[in-house]
Amino acid sequence: MELPVISNAPSSGGGCSSSGCGSSSDAMAHLPDSIRQKVQDHPCYSEDAHHYFARMHVAVAPACNIQCNYCNRKYDCANESRPGVVSELLHPDQAVTKVLAVAATIPQMTVLGIAGPGDPLANPARTFETFRQLSDKAPDIKLCLSTNGLTLPEHVDEIAKHNIDHVTITINCVDPEIGAQIYPWIYWQNRRLRGVEAARILIEQQQKGLEMLTSRGILVKVNSVMIPGVNDEHLKEVSKVVKAKGAFLHNVMPLIAEAEHGTYYGLMEQPSPTPEQLQALQDECGGDMAMMRHCRQCRADAVGLLGEDRGAEFTLDKLADMDIDYEAAMQTRQEVRENLLEQLAAKRAGAPAAEVTALAGVPADSRPVLMAVAAKNGVVGEHFGHAREFLVYEASPKGVRLMGHRKVDLYCNGATDCGDSGEGGQPAGSILDQIIHALSGCEQVLCARIGFEPWGQLEAAGIQPNGEHAMEPVEDAVLAVYREMSAAGKLAAPADKLNKVA
Amino acid sequence: MALQIVDLCVNCWACVDVCPNQAVVEDVPHFLINEQACTECLGDHAEAQCAAICPIEGAIVNELGEPLNPPGSLTGIPLDKLRELGLLDREAA
Repeated sequence: MELPVISNAPSSGGGCSSSGCGSSSDAMAHLPDSIRQKVQDHPCYSEDAHHYFARMHVAVAPACNIQCNYCNRKYDCANESRPGVVSELLHPDQAVTKVLAVAATIPQMTVLGIAGPGDPLANPARTFETFRQLSDKAPDIKLCLSTNGLTLPEHVDEIAKHNIDHVTITINCVDPEIGAQIYPWIYWQNRRLRGVEAARILIEQQQKGLEMLTSRGILVKVNSVMIPGVNDEHLKEVSKVVKAKGAFLHNVMPLIAEAEHGTYYGLMEQPSPTPEQLQALQDECGGDMAMMRHCRQCRADAVGLLGEDRGAEFTLDKLADMDIDYEAAMQTRQEVRENLLEQLAAKRAGAPAAEVTALAGVPADSRPVLMAVAAKNGVVGEHFGHAREFLVYEASPKGVRLMGHRKVDLYCNGATDCGDSGEGGQPAGSILDQIIHALSGCEQVLCARIGFEPWGQLEAAGIQPNGEHAMEPVEDAVLAVYREMSAAGKLAAPADKLNKVA
Repeated sequence: MALQIVDLCVNCWACVDVCPNQAVVEDVPHFLINEQACTECLGDHAEAQCAAICPIEGAIVNELGEPLNPPGSLTGIPLDKLRELGLLDREAA
């Protein structure tokens, strides 16, 4: 079945529908071949690669040189998945042992990142020792790091030396007045600086580091945390600025702020963006550059495919019992990688390259529809009740594109798991309410199977459950449902949200 | 004359890397300051370096047991809010 999938025409202006945002075919279509070559098997940069290739982070960088209001350095919870959280801190030697073990066990692991739990460049000795050993012992693994940028300029030479060709900088603002509301302090030249002055220095260093990296041909992705009422409007400006300085991808992520995390924003009840607010901002930023929609905001010790975490299989005590022949593993890895790249190339070739193709049989003025999908390995493969996240796609007469994902699992499975007093485990009904809330804006939810109880409640909330396309490739299924809706005359209505969530 | 690390410490290593006297030592359950080596950075820096980078309020104290970073001083969370949440007593204890 020939299916049009919106790709990203580079030149047309305005809005995500016209440029640079994720479709499953290739959000990178506008990039030069040299960059695409570099990111084609990087799960964090290439949207379609993230279904095939895995990544891991090693937690060798505990120290930090700034404070962000969305971060709390005290937190370590095995059930939580968000940046800055780890279970087990590693010395560089332990980290290298872990990487080799994971790479041998998960041959589709292509990328090793250092992302914390503090800032990699506030721990230069531990970070670069890890990279040095790995480029020696595991030359087939791509290395990358994620930094707040404060000491980036002084480390650019070292980064280039270690053959790190991807760096992520978290840039939440380019205006110090806004920065002062996000960063209470920085450690700079042996002093703790605060307020606007601190933010100004951080911003200068980030921008300088960005320019230095891109001028050396090192790929830079920019992460931004969307904080409603603080930097949400401002991030459009950030997107323009970082694009002008050569960042190749912008990843706007929602603020995570729960009181139980103990962060400033969590305790001060700073609201997080709704999925709709996030998507609207991503669309507006998308007019300016490639936007990333598939980020899962993973832990600083995450292991596996995005959206899954196999870290518990590789704890230090388990590593002690593993016997790794990395030479042999590297051979296997090479074969697996080639095989996956072939599959990926076939998939990419199957989608029209740069043109937006009209969806045959669906009137051009049909309204777009958001659908949530319980996906597993690229197909509608998950039971509704087992889904920890739903991918949200937009179907329109132009085709289908990924808009983001919605987590439905609680970070901690009830407060009891974390040792704090709390209301404990939640009744199933309240979890279903949360899921329905998380899926607001979606008119359909596609899954492999779904129980009677949730079916009725979803329907009552205006979200149509759909188990008819189990095990079909996700985009095929979304388009098929869109065609069904069109045939049933459901797409002529104005684009108002049909479902209202209390 | 020496500073001390108390049990609020989260072992993030930040102070280890910035101490001009290599006075911070890794220990269990938390890092410690070697009081023979610690000079409180007098003569080296305007601020005691461990306290200037430490992210945890109350974790580093002087000889009188007074925190160099008192509650609210790093996070900016108002004291009333900390008190209301029951976080103030625990930190100060």
